[in-house]
Amino acid sequence: MNSVILQLATPYVRSLLIFFAFVALLRGHNNPGGGFIGGLLAALAIVFSSFAFDRRPVQRKLKIKPGGYVAMGLVFLLLSFSPSLLKSQMLMEGVWVTIPMGILGELNVGSPLLFDIGVFMAVIGVTLMFFFTLTNRK
Amino acid sequence: MGHQFCNIILTFSFAMLLVAFALAFIRIVKGPTARDRIVALDLVASITMGFILVYSVVINNAIYFDIVIVISLISFIGTVATSTYLKQK
Repeated sequence: MNSVILQLATPYVRSLLIFFAFVALLRGHNNPGGGFIGGLLAALAIVFSSFAFDRRPVQRKLKIKPGGYVAMGLVFLLLSFSPSLLKSQMLMEGVWVTIPMGILGELNVGSPLLFDIGVFMAVIGVTLMFFFTLTNRK
Repeated sequence: MGHQFCNIILTFSFAMLLVAFALAFIRIVKGPTARDRIVALDLVASITMGFILVYSVVINNAIYFDIVIVISLISFIGTVATSTYLKQK
């Protein structure tokens, strides 16, 4: 589809979508958002640019193929098991660390964030796989 | 006095949004061509955003504003996708 308005609007809408994907990812778990929603938003950014331009150049320009995203997500999921095992707690029990950040206060990071990043990557990969398979015409 | 006035305004806006929703729904059911239906679906997304905003005013909580942002980004993509499909057909 060759629409000039759509092609000019694409960079702005795409960066907005990716920004909100990361907002949803980092705020998730206890507040609205989380890995799944963030992953869907980030995948929609790529889907949107392949609507505005042609599908093939977008698919070729992707540095990591959709399967690679799924694999990275699964690696992150496995990594999220390790903190609880190292502290000999129950499997997948949340481990929280407080990092002092100077003037900015302190940052509360835990193993659920690793889990969310894994879900984020896996959802991006699976959504792109669905999209590229469904729009593939012989 | 002020509180009651606010209640009347909120109820009125809910009623008007409901009327708009019903009119858009009639257009979706009747719509002579597929283009009318696509535009009506886009309108339904906007009316849903209005509902969520008025409701977040009623419960006095700003947490639903993010949902509105996400709907406004995504309904646009849905409209674009459906029109792309129609153009290819």
